[in-house]
Amino acid sequence: MIERLSILIVEDNAADRMLLSAIVSRQGHRALTASNGLEAVALFDRERPHLVLMDALMPVMDGFEAARRIKQAAGEALVPIIFLTSLTEGEALVRCLEAGGDDFLAKPYNRVILEAKINAMDRLRRLQETVLQQRDLIGQHNEYLLNEQRVAKAVFDKVAHSGCLDAPNIRYVQSPFAVFNGDLLLAAYKPSGGMHVLLGDFTGHGLPAAIGAMPLAEVFYGMTAKGYSLTDVLREVNAKLRHILPRGVFCCATLLNVSFQRQAVEVWNGGLPNGYLLRVNGERVPLVSRHLPLGVLEPAAFNDACEVYPVSLGDRVFLFSDGVLEAGNKQAQLFGEQRLLSVFADNQKPQALFDEIQQALLQFSGDQQDDVSLLEVSLVEDGQVKRPPLTFSDNGHNHLLDWSATFEFRGETLRYFNPLPFLLHLLLEVQGLRPQGAALFTVLAELYSNALEHGVLGLESSLKANAEGFADYYRQRSDRLAHLTDGFVRFHLRLLPEGGGGRLRLRVEDSGAGFDPQLLLPQPDDALRLSGRGLALVRQLSERCQWGDGEPGVCVEFSWKAGA
Amino acid sequence: MAITSLPSLDGQELTILIQGRFDFGAHQDFRNAYESVSSTPQRYIVDLKDTTYLDSSALGMLLLLRDYAGGDDSMIRLVNCSSDVRKILAISNFEQLFNIA
Repeated sequence: MIERLSILIVEDNAADRMLLSAIVSRQGHRALTASNGLEAVALFDRERPHLVLMDALMPVMDGFEAARRIKQAAGEALVPIIFLTSLTEGEALVRCLEAGGDDFLAKPYNRVILEAKINAMDRLRRLQETVLQQRDLIGQHNEYLLNEQRVAKAVFDKVAHSGCLDAPNIRYVQSPFAVFNGDLLLAAYKPSGGMHVLLGDFTGHGLPAAIGAMPLAEVFYGMTAKGYSLTDVLREVNAKLRHILPRGVFCCATLLNVSFQRQAVEVWNGGLPNGYLLRVNGERVPLVSRHLPLGVLEPAAFNDACEVYPVSLGDRVFLFSDGVLEAGNKQAQLFGEQRLLSVFADNQKPQALFDEIQQALLQFSGDQQDDVSLLEVSLVEDGQVKRPPLTFSDNGHNHLLDWSATFEFRGETLRYFNPLPFLLHLLLEVQGLRPQGAALFTVLAELYSNALEHGVLGLESSLKANAEGFADYYRQRSDRLAHLTDGFVRFHLRLLPEGGGGRLRLRVEDSGAGFDPQLLLPQPDDALRLSGRGLALVRQLSERCQWGDGEPGVCVEFSWKAGA
Repeated sequence: MAITSLPSLDGQELTILIQGRFDFGAHQDFRNAYESVSSTPQRYIVDLKDTTYLDSSALGMLLLLRDYAGGDDSMIRLVNCSSDVRKILAISNFEQLFNIA
């Protein structure tokens, strides 16, 4: 059953016009008639018929011109034009087609052939209609998808570029849609000073690859702000990604814990290409992937072992996504590690290296790559990095001023539990201590690591006299900690109201041979000294710092005035 | 890209041969290669001798196979790895999960 069409018949001969009308009507279609080209064009504009039967030679306007105008008016829709012609020579027939005719029918008319041609042309017409509809639908979907991507990208950009990527010691480039290819760059200040930095690369492309960025960023920022260590963050991120991501999606990542005060960088690389620590003296230390990517292993099997490197002012860490090594050129070659290393080798001024790498990439591949993330973190003076004050979601307690508590963390717990976030959280409930939160946390962290490392684990800080010993020190630290069964660290907290303000007295003791007060004495400012830095800080940052006055351990005090 | 699966005569072992690029485009074929065999193999061999390229989605697919084959109890060997392929596997430390030869 054929759809009823309206068909425009253009013929100057009245008898032919009637004959054609009769054939068309008998076939079940609606016939419109015009006696010359000009009439036909006007009628077409008014009635928009589906198909046109067009005589070639007519007065006023001939069929060729009318066909051209009708085709133009029809636009993208296919309005088939069948030329009716007594012309037989090839050249004339070609003119019909060139004017936009789709077929022709020779006079005298054969009813059967005309009907068949109308049906054939109608099939073509509907095919074109379907194609246009589908094209518009795809266009709509595409528009919709692009819009969703724009919105999602705006959200991802916020997530991926919040934190402290704008810190003066960080430089990075990330190609505009890299985040949409699953690249992720995060940096956040630690409450104790220093920062955590992450460069990640999720498997796959597009939205599915970017989706893991949200939970990862949330864990990273949240835990870092609360004072959790890099290994705590790593374990949590891995567990979370493993739990929520489908199998087969994971995140290759390098995490850095940069401590300006202790002048150390802690590194964990799971699945990213080598990063490099470039020292001021030109030495280049590769930061090698030693772990499976995040989100692959069960929490119990996850390995959070980091490498610790002593660093000094001006040392730089460079991290790369695999998009850097896999940047391609027109000859389908890859940029590769050799080319990257030769940029390192050719470098004269370390501060120019970042630009030189970008330059080399651009020269090699000729245009911007869509999947490139490049990061430089340099070690600067602690004071050069302005930390924003800690932020709080509530006001804290005004009257939490008269209490004391003692916490003792013993062997088994020390192995697995980092008490610092817990203690910080507790102390920062006290409103008056909040403005000093960062200093308080630094002091707490230094006293704790001193108690744990020297007191409980019995490590000698003299080990850290050189870079090799430094690494050895941290190896022994994790070794001994893993086998720890006894020993303790005690925190005595005492809050006292004082003249409208208040005072915190904090004493830290441990089960070891006792506190080494030598470390607290002022020492010559030796830039190469790799130990004792932390405890010098304790003296600087706390209001009063005492030891050996009858009570075991070290006692520090913080106070604040009314209204502070 | 072509993926062929060849079960051993006793059905105990399944060899999956990957030719050309092993990337996201191979996703469905790779899954079919082990999901649509009638036997339940004890051991899997992924033969990468004709694999020209392997990307991180391919690593993901290998993890899927590992899960399918029993996770930690699976026995999967990745054989005939070119130096490029071996390097990619090494960066991700996949030798901790797979037997790589």
